[in-house]
Amino acid sequence: MNTIKKYLGLVWIALAVYSYSILLKTAIERMKLVPTTDTIIQWSIFAIIFLPIAIGFVMFGWMAFKGAYDHLPASSDEVED
Amino acid sequence: MQSTAEKKQIRKVIFASSVGTLIEWYDFYIFGSLAPIIASQFFPKTNPTAALLSTLATFAAGFIVRPFGALVFGRLGDMVGRKYTFLLTLILMGGSTFAIGLVPGYDSIGFAAPLIVLLLRLVQGLALGGEYGGAATYVAEHSPAERRGYYTSWIQTTATLGLLLSLGIILITRKSLAPNDADSIKAFEDWGWRIPFWFSVVLVGMSIYIRLKMHESPLFSKLKAEGKTSKNPIKESLMHKGNLKMVLLSLFGATMGQGVVWYTGQFYAQTFLETACKVDFEQTRTILIWAIIFATPLFIFFGNLSDKIGRKWIIMAGLFLAVISYRPIYTKMLAVASTKEVVLDESKTKIERVITPANGRDHSIQTTTTVRLYQNGITEKLVHKDTVYASGLEKPESIDKLSKELPDEGYWTMVVLIFVQIVFVTMVYGPIAAFLVEIFPTKIRYTSMSLPYHLGNGVFGGMTPFIAVLLGTLYAGDVLVGLWYPIAIAVVCLVIGTIYLSNKIDPEVND
Repeated sequence: MNTIKKYLGLVWIALAVYSYSILLKTAIERMKLVPTTDTIIQWSIFAIIFLPIAIGFVMFGWMAFKGAYDHLPASSDEVED
Repeated sequence: MQSTAEKKQIRKVIFASSVGTLIEWYDFYIFGSLAPIIASQFFPKTNPTAALLSTLATFAAGFIVRPFGALVFGRLGDMVGRKYTFLLTLILMGGSTFAIGLVPGYDSIGFAAPLIVLLLRLVQGLALGGEYGGAATYVAEHSPAERRGYYTSWIQTTATLGLLLSLGIILITRKSLAPNDADSIKAFEDWGWRIPFWFSVVLVGMSIYIRLKMHESPLFSKLKAEGKTSKNPIKESLMHKGNLKMVLLSLFGATMGQGVVWYTGQFYAQTFLETACKVDFEQTRTILIWAIIFATPLFIFFGNLSDKIGRKWIIMAGLFLAVISYRPIYTKMLAVASTKEVVLDESKTKIERVITPANGRDHSIQTTTTVRLYQNGITEKLVHKDTVYASGLEKPESIDKLSKELPDEGYWTMVVLIFVQIVFVTMVYGPIAAFLVEIFPTKIRYTSMSLPYHLGNGVFGGMTPFIAVLLGTLYAGDVLVGLWYPIAIAVVCLVIGTIYLSNKIDPEVND
């Protein structure tokens, strides 16, 4: 199971990058196609809000790949390490 | 085994926490439930869709700031205490809700109106971001280990009951402002929509009174007495690798999927009933009310069950069922409200024309209402408005409103279809508070659990109706295209949760 967890980490990284690039591409296309304030605000909000989440997903994937989830903490002492 | 006194004490804790949280949800939802009216009051009326989207954006803003509220108030709750922090969030929420009900419309004060409303909405979002984590933590820290899922599931009912309360108050107000329905609805749309916002003050006042009588969480008090509270909860939550990995796992393996299932079942379903199925305003809301009433006890059931079999598999089962059922459920909803290929009972078609003079202008508004009855029992009402000039020329306006009233069979089928979706909500949401509480240590619990909760629910979940509407405009040919967003998020979450999460119940949250 730990091997699956580890290599799936790469999938999460790829998925984060792919999903965010699709979002960004769609946002730019829509803003060019309908350059109204509403469109610009809406798509900018999406692009800004989902950026830290995409970064978090990359970090999650990286941690999984490095084996951080091979063992889940059994007590708070381990969480705080 | 708990003594009678302990049971009595925990019931008090649950009641005081739940009432406040329920009211905060009520405050938060009335804005969303009244989105079209708020759009007409506060945003330029040039284009109704733009106005609605602006409101939805404001709605989304309410969700987007929630994670920031989680950080700000979570930090406060981990440093100062749970009790005073969620008292503060309640006051902020109640104050901003009441104030929204006082803001003059766009016609009176121009651009200041939407700006003030937006600011107040942001305060609401911040307050909500701080409330839930506090209430869930507070109840969990009073609960015995073997009943933690059960007791915290009462907090989990509040979000749904808050929605129920908001729908109920709106429907009652909408019907009570004049002797006849038409006048009452008109009065509601003019000014009566403010009443549910003002009503919040009464509820918040009661809740503050109840909460002031509560004591601080025993675990937090112990930490404080020992001088072991966190000096910088945000840093400890996000900078310690051991804690950060659990924050990320909670988000991607549980709360993001739970968030989209929740908002699809309770909000997108409502939007879909009204905009895609064209079910009328009142039936849409009563369908949702019945489904909520029937499904709410299941929050407690699944919370309780999670104490026996663990939290993980209940949440994962809810995600799985949602993923495989959404498209068939929504296809059925469309079919139930469809009048395609159904024979029209021509003898019962009624057409009524009313001409209303526009004061001081050279034209009148002609409203044509066509009511048709189909053989499957659906009554369709089409309201068409024309501008009629003195010369007799008619210039059509863009207003063409279609709504359908379902017969009993269709109505109850819709109730069942929404009920099934809310059952999924109870599965993913019932055990989640206990699940989150058990992952994080006491001294940074408020901050750590609030963040993934509000990112999952506020951002992933809260954006569901908004993203679904946008997908619908991008791919206009497919009415069900909006469902791909919750389905995709739930699938990713299901895979991550299944592979990475543990089903073990933490017997010790005192650490």
